[in-house]
Order: sequence, then C-alpha cells, then structure tokens
Amino acid sequence: MTEEEPKVGVFICHCGVNIGGVVNVPEVVKYAKTLPNVAYAEANIYTCSEAGLASIKENIKKQGLNRVIVASCTPRTHEPLFRSTCREAGLNHYLFEMANIREQCSWVHKHQMERATEKAKDLVRMAVARATWLEPQEEPELDIKDTSLVIGGGIAGMTAALSLANQGFKVYLIEKEPELGGNLRNLSRLYPTMQETHEILDPAINAIKSSDKIETMLSTTVADAKGYVGNFKVTLATPQDKKDIEVGTIVVACGAANYTPPKGLYQYGVFQGVLTQMQLDEMLKHGKVDKAPERVVMIQCVGARKGEIRAMDLAGFPKSDTARLLSKILKAKKEEGWPYCSKICCMNAIKNALLVKEKFPKTDVMILYGDVRVYKEYEDFYSQAREAQVKFVKHIEEVPPEITQTPDGKLAVMAYDALSGQEINLPCDWVILSTPMIPHKEEVLLARMLKIPISSDGFLMEAHVKLRPVDTQTDGIFLAGAASGPKDVPETIVSAKAAAARAGTLMANKKMRTEALTSVVDEEQCIGCGLCEEICVYGAHYVEENVSHTIAALCRGCGACAAECPRRAISMQHYSDEQILSQVKAALTEES
Amino acid sequence: MEELKLEQKEFEPTILAFCCNWCSYAGADLAGTSRFEYPTNVRVIRVMCSGRLDPTFILSAFRWGADGVLITGCHPGDCHYVQGNYMMERRFGFLKEAMSQLGIEPERLRLEWISAGEGEKFAALIRDTTQKIKEMGPNPLKTA
Repeated sequence: MTEEEPKVGVFICHCGVNIGGVVNVPEVVKYAKTLPNVAYAEANIYTCSEAGLASIKENIKKQGLNRVIVASCTPRTHEPLFRSTCREAGLNHYLFEMANIREQCSWVHKHQMERATEKAKDLVRMAVARATWLEPQEEPELDIKDTSLVIGGGIAGMTAALSLANQGFKVYLIEKEPELGGNLRNLSRLYPTMQETHEILDPAINAIKSSDKIETMLSTTVADAKGYVGNFKVTLATPQDKKDIEVGTIVVACGAANYTPPKGLYQYGVFQGVLTQMQLDEMLKHGKVDKAPERVVMIQCVGARKGEIRAMDLAGFPKSDTARLLSKILKAKKEEGWPYCSKICCMNAIKNALLVKEKFPKTDVMILYGDVRVYKEYEDFYSQAREAQVKFVKHIEEVPPEITQTPDGKLAVMAYDALSGQEINLPCDWVILSTPMIPHKEEVLLARMLKIPISSDGFLMEAHVKLRPVDTQTDGIFLAGAASGPKDVPETIVSAKAAAARAGTLMANKKMRTEALTSVVDEEQCIGCGLCEEICVYGAHYVEENVSHTIAALCRGCGACAAECPRRAISMQHYSDEQILSQVKAALTEES
Repeated sequence: MEELKLEQKEFEPTILAFCCNWCSYAGADLAGTSRFEYPTNVRVIRVMCSGRLDPTFILSAFRWGADGVLITGCHPGDCHYVQGNYMMERRFGFLKEAMSQLGIEPERLRLEWISAGEGEKFAALIRDTTQKIKEMGPNPLKTA
C-alpha cells in the first residue's frame, strides 16, 4: 500500500437498461458509500460517455481520489478507456479497478433482480478491497519491429500485404499453395458486378510481385511461433528448409475452405451430374460444357445451418487437447453439417444461375431454398435473377430432396414444395449443391501456435465481435478475411485493410508500453533455489549469487513463479498475494 | 406460510471462481454477451493465469467460508502462458489431499478448462456446481 491513505471513488454504471434494468444501481451506490476507504460514489447512465469520463476526472481532482473503481462492463473491453481517463487526470492508471456487473451479473441474472443487486454489491466490495492494495506502476517500454508477417496469399492476405507495404513496412507474405490467389483462383466471376476474378487478382498479384517491400514465399507454412507483440519469432517451413524470421506484427489471412459433402449426400460423388457450386463455377470458367443442360436444380444450405454442435459438446471431453478435440468436432460437423449460415451462398447461387442462363438461355434453372438471404444491394441481384426466369422454390428442408437417376442417364430431384405441401419431381441434368465456407483444418494448429481462440463455429475468434473485429486477444496479431468467418470479396478487402491499418498503427509508433505485470523478487527472502528459473517458459528469471533476478522485458506476467516459490519471495506487480487475497476475503466476509 | 419459511431458508452457497484473463474470464463474458442465465452464487476473481493460483489462495477461501471454489483456465495446450494451466493441474491433486486432511470435502473444489468461445459451458458449469454444492450443504468449517 502507498503511504497515502486510500481514497476510493466508485462510479457505478447503469449502462442504459443493460445494468440499470436489472441491478438496483442507486442501492449499490448507497452501499458503496458505506465501505471502508470509499470517499465518493455516484451513478452514471453511461460511465463510458463523455459526461461519465468527465465526472471521473473532475472527482479525482475535487475529492482527491487516489483509487478509482468503475462498476460496469467487462475490463476486457473498457479497462483501457477508463485507465486512460485516470491517466489524464494525473492518477497512475494502475490505481484503477473494475467490477464487472454487466457480463457477469445483470446480463446473466436478468430474472433474479434482487439477488443480482446483492451480487453487484459484493462485486463492488471486492473491487474496493483490491483497490485499497493497488500500487502505482511504471510500464516497461517495448520496441516494435517494423516488419510484418502475413499468413495466406489469397485476396485477404495480398490486400493486407500491399496495404502494409504502402505504409512503408517490410512484409513477409507466405502462402501454403505454390501460387498466390487463394479461393478466387477457382472462381470465374464475382457477384453482383459479374466481374471476372482475374480483374481483381491480376493487379494484386502484379503489385505484390513488383513491390520491393514484400517478400513472397510460396508453398510455405508456419512451423512455430514464439515471442510477443513487436517481437515475434516465427519459424517458416519452406519447400527447401526452415527459415526463422522476426516480425513485429502478424496478420492471419488463412481464409476458409469450401465444404465438400460426404459421398452419398444428395448422391454427391455417386452421380456425375451432382456437383458443388464451386465445381460448377470451375466448369463454367474453363468452358468444359459441350451440351446445354435442359434443367439445372440448385439446392441451398447443403451442410449449412444444420448440426447443433456447439461449445456445449466440448464438455464431453474436458481434458483432451484442443487439436484432438477440434478434429473430433470437425469430423462430427462433416457428417452433420455446420451450424451457421455461410452468408455468401445465396448470392453465389444466384450468380451461378445467371451465368448458366447467360450461357444457355433456354436452360431452366431452379433454386430449392429454405430461406433466401440477400441483404442490401443484393436484393436487386435477386430481382435480376427473377427477371431472368430463374425459379425460386421454397422446399420443406426437414425432408431432404431425393436424387435419383432415370434409365436414360438423367437425374431427377424429388422435393416437397413448402407452399403447396406437394411432392415435386424435377427431371434435370445437373444438381448443384450450395455448400458453406468452413474453417481450414490447419487453422486449428495455427490458432494454437498463435494463441488465438476458436469460436464455436470453428473459425478464428476476434477479440470482440463489435468493438475489435480484426484484433485477436493476442496483442500484435490481427485477422483478415474469411479466417474469422465466411466473407465475400468486398468484406474480405475491408477486413484486410482494417487489419493492415491496425498492424501499421502499432509498428508506426515503433515503441509500445506493455503492462507492468511483472514479477519482483524479494532478495531478503530468496534462497536462490532456482525453481523460478526452471519453470519460467520465457527465461525471465536467472539466479546469480544465490539470488533470483527478473528480466522485466521477458516477463509476461503469468505469475507461475510467484505461486511456485517455496519462500513466497516472488511477488507479482498488480496481482500480488495481498491484492488477490483481499478480494477472496471480501467476497466471503463483510470485513476487508 | 410454513412453506414460505422453508423456502426462505434454502441454503444459498457462496462459490468463488478464479478465472484466467485469456480463456475462462472471456468465456464468462461470452456467457453474459449471449445472455445465458445461471445462478447468482458465483463471485469471479480475475487472474492473468490459473498458474498464478497459490494453493493458499484456495485454502484461505475455504477458511473464510467459501462453500465451493472453481478454478478455471485455458484448455491444455491453449494456455496463453504456454503451461500455466498444467502447473495448476499439478497443484490440484495436492490441494484435494490437503482439503481432505482439513476435513473439507474435496468435491467442493473443481478444476475446469473453459475457452473464450465456451460461454455456454461456463454457464452450465456454474449451474451444475451450484446445484452440487447446494446438495452438499454449507462448508463444514463454517459450522464447526
């Protein structure tokens, strides 16, 4: 504790009705005022609003607050904002603490209002107890290398690499295939402009090739990644050998794969005329069609919006390792389908329907759907297809269409019309399956190396779906394109540019302050046993003359050494024994 | 009237949950963002890593009257700090041993892995733990 008597200010947020609609905020304010060391407490409609932040600053000065607590949402999104507010008012931001009364209280207890209010009081009491023990800290400064690694040479990776190169940074662009282009190489044209893919790909590939800032490595994957923001050490597996590079930031643009139905699903892999949209696209692109088909039937949502495999199913194998676990899920999903809407398939089917119509105007094209999801400008695209006589038939999805082959080698689709409830029989030449974009299997391993969580849909997870859509929770690593979920080309380019901007901002600053959550050795207590040196995976401890020392720049602040030290000689800054125990005690007793 | 009284007396346990910043705390947040409801009995304490948890933190919690303690961390292989969760797992066996010696049912302590994407698992874990601790009754150290 600092010499000064703690004077704690508590700001309790209504978050509109998000908290205020469940938790009795005025009562919590009243309660906070009774807690030891609390000099001031108030309620705010939105503490994160300009008015709320101004009030924090004003009261730090007016009330002489030397500790600030905001009881609102999760620190994972708003702590940086409130911390900088404290800093602006001259208060070291390590004297700030949050109580999470939204994500971990009002939002999960909305039918238990009284008990939620009691819990909010407890959470505030715990925060006050901890705040009393907080100490000001100085943050170590890190150098940020001005080099970036972009993983994936599809349109996302190329866009991000070019954007970074244009900002003046050296970029390593790696692609696991022997050529650049990713999924777009297999497509003929893009909706809704019907532009040919090479119109987008060629300029990007040429710009990459002519850039002296971009080093492209094909048939190359990531073998290992270590380090932290500004100082990643990545081992690349190139066709020849392994290559080590050091980069400041990483953009993950590993894209997505197209779901291939298992053999037999809608007779895929059994009858020749049953194809996926990707295969149709390729066929149209290479002009491999000699005879005009009389009728083409497309089936939407094949292997998508099915399967209920969600995070819950992970409970079955809590101890297995993630890679194995995910491979099980991937396998299960393969049989059952993927639970989400892949969002591009409706437009893609319409595009291919129009392409078929363009090539063979007399061909009848029918799209069997459960729902058509054509948002924004794509609504017009849908109308365009209707005008071109593409027929949309809503079928009963619960009864999957049956595909049979007639004696003359043609196909027939039997489905149930959702409007009439009647069976419909559609003789046709091709059956085209609209299948979703799904995560790459290798993505799991990559995610593991880079410490990026995987969402319940199997894609790489962003740090926050609304507030930090291209960040990951690992500083210095960003997501571009379909790595984080199905995206079409415009969305991919937007996210790639965003990721490049975020990475560029970091590198342009050259230096970054990192959290002061490092270990400190009490030399009096240390007996130099070297256990800390042995267990630290970052090499942040070394024993010299029978005393352990911390290398602050290497310490990442996990606190394993503090927990393991037999002499309790190691303390963690900002997560000291006293700080944690004070919270434990406050949670369980009224005293602190 | 009689029934009402009984209901008021229903034992409401206090459960502490230690969550690591990178996986399980984020999982707890996701439960909130997804509006998965669970009982109000849990108080979360955020630490950077489950590897930070000194066994004395857990034993102190029981001494101060916690009816249950949950330790949650990243899945094996996913630890943000490479192997902090393994270190916690090693201490877990010792902790259970120590609890039996002290006369606290070891079942009051649980160690679970929850990723940032597993909000539903977090909510289910809280529901399940609350139920189990309710069935066990209060921490024996409290009544002793």
